[in-house]
Amino acid sequence: MARRSAPEINAGSMADIAFLLLIFFLVTTTIEKDRGLIRSLPPDQPTDVEPPIIKEKNLFVVIVGKDGDLFVEDELMDIKDLKEAAIAFLDNGGVPAGQEGHCDYCQGARDASSSDYPDKAIVTVKNHRESSFENYILVQNELVAAYNFLRNRESVRLYGWKYTEVKAAIDEGLYTGDEDKAKEKLSIIKKMYPLKLSEIDPNS
Amino acid sequence: MSKFKQKKGGDLPAVNTASLPDIVFMLLFFFMVATVLRKNDVKVAQGLPTSDQTEKLKKDRSVYIYAGKPGLGYKELGTEGKIQIGDKFVNIDEVQPAILEEREKLRDELKDRVMVAFKVDKETNSGLIYDVKQELREANLLKVIYVTTQSEDAVE
Repeated sequence: MARRSAPEINAGSMADIAFLLLIFFLVTTTIEKDRGLIRSLPPDQPTDVEPPIIKEKNLFVVIVGKDGDLFVEDELMDIKDLKEAAIAFLDNGGVPAGQEGHCDYCQGARDASSSDYPDKAIVTVKNHRESSFENYILVQNELVAAYNFLRNRESVRLYGWKYTEVKAAIDEGLYTGDEDKAKEKLSIIKKMYPLKLSEIDPNS
Repeated sequence: MSKFKQKKGGDLPAVNTASLPDIVFMLLFFFMVATVLRKNDVKVAQGLPTSDQTEKLKKDRSVYIYAGKPGLGYKELGTEGKIQIGDKFVNIDEVQPAILEEREKLRDELKDRVMVAFKVDKETNSGLIYDVKQELREANLLKVIYVTTQSEDAVE
């Protein structure tokens, strides 16, 4: 008796099924890559603790009005000029050479009435309660840009690479070379221009 | 009788499509893995502001807070900015329990290094965000990130 071979399953429609599924997942996929501004909030303070006294000249006050008007040190300013103004303030290094607290890497104007040292310079922002979040981010962005500019300048001077580029490479796991060493260098740069941004209660 | 039978006719041989399903399956698996099916519906407007000094968000250690005016389908709630955590609207005094509840969904070893991601519509009042941040300070969740859309130069 002739042996009957097992009938083959027709696999021609397999591709169709797979295509159907493929198209479904293609449509529903959103490859999300969220990016944003990272910030650390100050820890909650008990109300009975006296806040430390900060000299007026070490404070850089930015006030955002209801309609997005920008007041920097009590003067109306355009958002485009904020970065320059912040850089000038942070990089001032007002203590003269030879005295304690002199900033030997600052390249600013050395104005005695502006900030003493980048570590002491504090930028403080007060947003009107009804000002939009867009303006809030815009101001924060420009201030971070000022810090990044200074950090990049110092890292190029000391190590020959840009702070922001190396940091991004490490964050994304693309850094080639000694990561620990690079991280150490990053923290040195960070210490030279520590991010000191504060916010004032909009109700006060 | 010839041993090697000549194929009759000069027809083009059909292209073998047997490996087509394999290729398609490969693509399929890629998209299946890459797909994130949205767990929470965002119920507020989400026109994110733009900035150019951004850093990457680490998704596995983030909890999201959405804020903005109620979106399409929630118009009856008015036009005042609302906060959404998880999939529900919360009032300002409920932010702390809601955010701690969200944190429980993270992997254990990352719970201490949690980062709070703000996805806030650009028309929201910044006062509302300030209030949320005060709540976060009380809950001792100090790392925050404001999610924005990336642009080449934000000031134009």
